Amino acid sequence: MALTLYSLLQASLLIVNAVAVLHEERFLRHIGWGSDQGIGGFGEEPGIKAQLTNLIRSVRTIMR
Amino acid sequence: KRRGPAAAPRMADPHPLFDDTSGSQPGGRGFAAPPPPPPASQFPPGAAFPVSSLAVAYGSTLATQGLDMVDRNINRFIPVGRLKYYFAVDTVYVGKKLGLLVFPFVHQDWQVRYQQDTPVAPRFDVNAPDLYIPGMSPPRDPPLCLWGPPQFSPDSLGLQASSALAWLLLEVVAIIFALYVVTVTTDLTPIDLVAFAGYKYVGMIIGLIAGLVFGRTAYYAVLSWCCLSVFVFMIRTLRLKLLAEAAAEGVLVRGAKNQLRMYLTAAIAAAQPLFMYWLTYHLLR
Repeated sequence: MALTLYSLLQASLLIVNAVAVLHEERFLRHIGWGSDQGIGGFGEEPGIKAQLTNLIRSVRTIMR
Repeated sequence: KRRGPAAAPRMADPHPLFDDTSGSQPGGRGFAAPPPPPPASQFPPGAAFPVSSLAVAYGSTLATQGLDMVDRNINRFIPVGRLKYYFAVDTVYVGKKLGLLVFPFVHQDWQVRYQQDTPVAPRFDVNAPDLYIPGMSPPRDPPLCLWGPPQFSPDSLGLQASSALAWLLLEVVAIIFALYVVTVTTDLTPIDLVAFAGYKYVGMIIGLIAGLVFGRTAYYAVLSWCCLSVFVFMIRTLRLKLLAEAAAEGVLVRGAKNQLRMYLTAAIAAAQPLFMYWLTYHLLR
């Protein structure tokens, strides 16, 4: 039960680290989550997968 | 005015920021390395002793500089002006809001009234979110929880309090993440979400009090009632903010986008009772 602020900090740090480690060329491309695999296009709003891909890419850019 | 410890000492600072209370005690407390303290009888009050006056002056300049720095930087992290809006409440509003939290079934109009594009302060509109009630509730939670069981200790008080805060933060972060992924365009600020997430503490406290005074069955009964009312409250409030206009007025709008938003609203509202139960059940033995 005892979720302390410190454990929250630890968890967030580990999660950010995990996202930063997701290399696009080596992993995401095979799953179809690469940065150049058809997220684009105006018109309809981006779906969930596009948002997640964007999020991963922005986190990695900030962490670089 | 920078004043290093090795500078020539002045005898008295013309505009002291605070009273020199180092009169009958060894001077230079904590600021500069003090010389061995003279006996108290040789030490007249006032700045006759050079090191003490130096320390006083240094401390006062340090204090003003620190205050300036805090003033300049506080607005970068916490928008103080925005926060003031959430605390503009009065007793009538608090009473009505608490009644609404416990019995939201009769209230008809949930729309927040606006005034030239900015929401009206909570004092004038019962539907506006505030931070006063959520601010008062989590600190009440731990003392109540620990009243019953005999294992009260100051450590567990702090642990319980920070645990409640951590769960609140986690929930708000999860909601923000979900809102981002589903690309809902809404005018809910993160502070609004903190306010809404904090409303469930009212139900928790009422349930806990009932449980402590009347026993376990009363706790379950009161808590389920509060869970239900918080659920309805959240759905009715969030419906207006998250869903499209047509759907908010009761018309069932089919379509993938709206359905996803409806599920999201229902999920956020359903998470509240879950949290309410989870955070309190083990405290009532």
